[in-house]
Amino acid sequence: MKLDVMKIVRIVKIKRESVTDVFISFIAVIAALLVGAVIVYISGSSPLEAYKALYEGAFGSTYDFAQTLTRTTPLIFTGLTVAFAFRCGLFNIGGEGQLYVGGMTAAIVGVSFTGLPIYVHLPLALGAGAAAGGAWSLVPSVLKARVGAHEVITTIMMNYIGILLCSYLANYSFKAEGWVAQTDVVEPSAQLPKLVPGTQLTASIFVALACVVIAYYILYKTTLGYEIRAVGLNPTAAEYGGISVQKSIVVAMLISGMLAGLGGTGEVLGLHRRFIFGFSPGYGFDGIAVAVLGRNHPVGVVLGALLFGALRNGGMVMKQMTNVPTDLVIVIQGIVILFVAAPEMFRIFRRIRKGGIRNAF
Amino acid sequence: MLSEIVSLLAATLRISPPIALASIGGAYSERTGIINIGLEGMILMGAFAGVAATHFVGNPWIGVLAAVLAGGALGLLHAVLCIRFKANQVVSGVGVNILSLGLTTLLLQVIWGNRGASDSVTGLKPLHLPVIADIPVVGDIIGKQNPLVYIMLIIVVLAWVVMFRTPFGLRIRAVGEHPEAADTVGIHVHRIQYICVTLSGMLSGLGGAYLSLGWLNLFSQNMSAGRGFIALAANIFGKWNPAGAFGASLLFSFTDALQIKLQGVGIPIQFIQMIPYILTILVLASAVKRAIPPAAIGKHYEKGEK
Repeated sequence: MKLDVMKIVRIVKIKRESVTDVFISFIAVIAALLVGAVIVYISGSSPLEAYKALYEGAFGSTYDFAQTLTRTTPLIFTGLTVAFAFRCGLFNIGGEGQLYVGGMTAAIVGVSFTGLPIYVHLPLALGAGAAAGGAWSLVPSVLKARVGAHEVITTIMMNYIGILLCSYLANYSFKAEGWVAQTDVVEPSAQLPKLVPGTQLTASIFVALACVVIAYYILYKTTLGYEIRAVGLNPTAAEYGGISVQKSIVVAMLISGMLAGLGGTGEVLGLHRRFIFGFSPGYGFDGIAVAVLGRNHPVGVVLGALLFGALRNGGMVMKQMTNVPTDLVIVIQGIVILFVAAPEMFRIFRRIRKGGIRNAF
Repeated sequence: MLSEIVSLLAATLRISPPIALASIGGAYSERTGIINIGLEGMILMGAFAGVAATHFVGNPWIGVLAAVLAGGALGLLHAVLCIRFKANQVVSGVGVNILSLGLTTLLLQVIWGNRGASDSVTGLKPLHLPVIADIPVVGDIIGKQNPLVYIMLIIVVLAWVVMFRTPFGLRIRAVGEHPEAADTVGIHVHRIQYICVTLSGMLSGLGGAYLSLGWLNLFSQNMSAGRGFIALAANIFGKWNPAGAFGASLLFSFTDALQIKLQGVGIPIQFIQMIPYILTILVLASAVKRAIPPAAIGKHYEKGEK
């Protein structure tokens, strides 16, 4: 009987925490949209019209919704990338480079092998893309584990190096005929099939959702995940408890990089069917906002990705209808991160409610 | 050969201000215990504000002032979030960077209707220092630079003197090493932090102004191109010391100058452009182990907490 009470208390406590998390994310989005509205107004457009166009563009029809899911897919990958590393206390801002390198590698595997059956070629290309993304995360993670070099700086540097490398490969070694920096179309046996005719949605979204489940399983149901989270919460205590901090750092970053690599792979094998230089409008960086908003939880990441996928997709319609630049979405992302980063701000809201503005600060 | 070397060194100095100023800013911020990943966004915002203000007013010095203020405003924002609202310092810095990228790209289109670059504005003209400019070799390197380069050199000296030779600098270092002890002897920990983080934004903004007004005379999308992060690496390499940070910035600028010189020698441009980024990683890999950061870096300090 006693055990049951403990269990209920535990469940209720977890629930209360996640309710607070969801509440903070919700308020942050509302606040960011309000600040965004002010910016739209100042730059001479109507915020109401802009947001209406944004919403219509994102959810207005089946086609629009499928397109929103198309934009959501890479964000699930890059959101998981940031969230997974963050659970180990690491800030992987290298998603963009890992995504590029993964996509390019998948394209190379996709065009280089001919005559393979799809059940061999597709997994091979997916695996190669994931492996390349993982490999690209090794330099920052090994340097972090060995000498303590801050991963934010090294992952950013690896972004530039990776993107430049892909630019070289797309401009010289694997360039398709013509003036565009892109590879040839990958073999049909390496393509992810389209899901909804007439839209761009591909089976990549299933890969993404499978990764959500796998990431959740690793983090919360395995010893490896326990160790990763322990290191993220308190590396000194984890070390004292017999966990190898260095190993956890490298493994967490490896998985994180693989997720980003798969994200690029999904775009290349699904949406574009080839590597096109510049295929990512900054998905790796969007992943930061997605993870922060999703409170670094795999399920939260899906919701965050859906929101920013909708903003990205709706943003294009907004641009056509109202001339408000799509970059408003990036501004909103930045503000969301700043709001979620500072949970203390919400205590002030609470104090305003309780004791009026004067006592709040 | 000599003229090649002279032009390379002159280019090094010409390239250095954004990285050097931001890395000194980073040193001031991190010496008080606040990590500032947002330097990149502060450079970018400064570069934008400089061109925008010059575009509307016509005087590039007003642009420089606007850049310093814009960078300072972002610094203050980062400070308020980290100090008053106890934000995770890295997350807040990343937020500042993304906000800056979004806001500058958005306003670029609102003001000039072009997502790539702004129109040209009046930039800052290089000076011709009397006497010094006429000295052979030396004059070619340091005699004919942009006024902001000379301002940067003055700031390097001032920043070092303030940090290591004044009571205020002693307080800064005390706050970053042991905030509890600093508090006990009557130092206002948070006030020092606010001042230094805002200062780091102002210095980065000034660096940004140089990038746009002292160089290209226009703003282009995301023109800071990772310089804020290279500045952070320079700050670590320079051991959180303004003079050391400046020295490390010169090293990074030298590879950048070399990179520009090497373009067109037959090596694919992508590999040449990688050089500064690879060097940054190598420097971090070799320097970090010997570099000991301020003891209280990244931690939130609250009066009366244990």
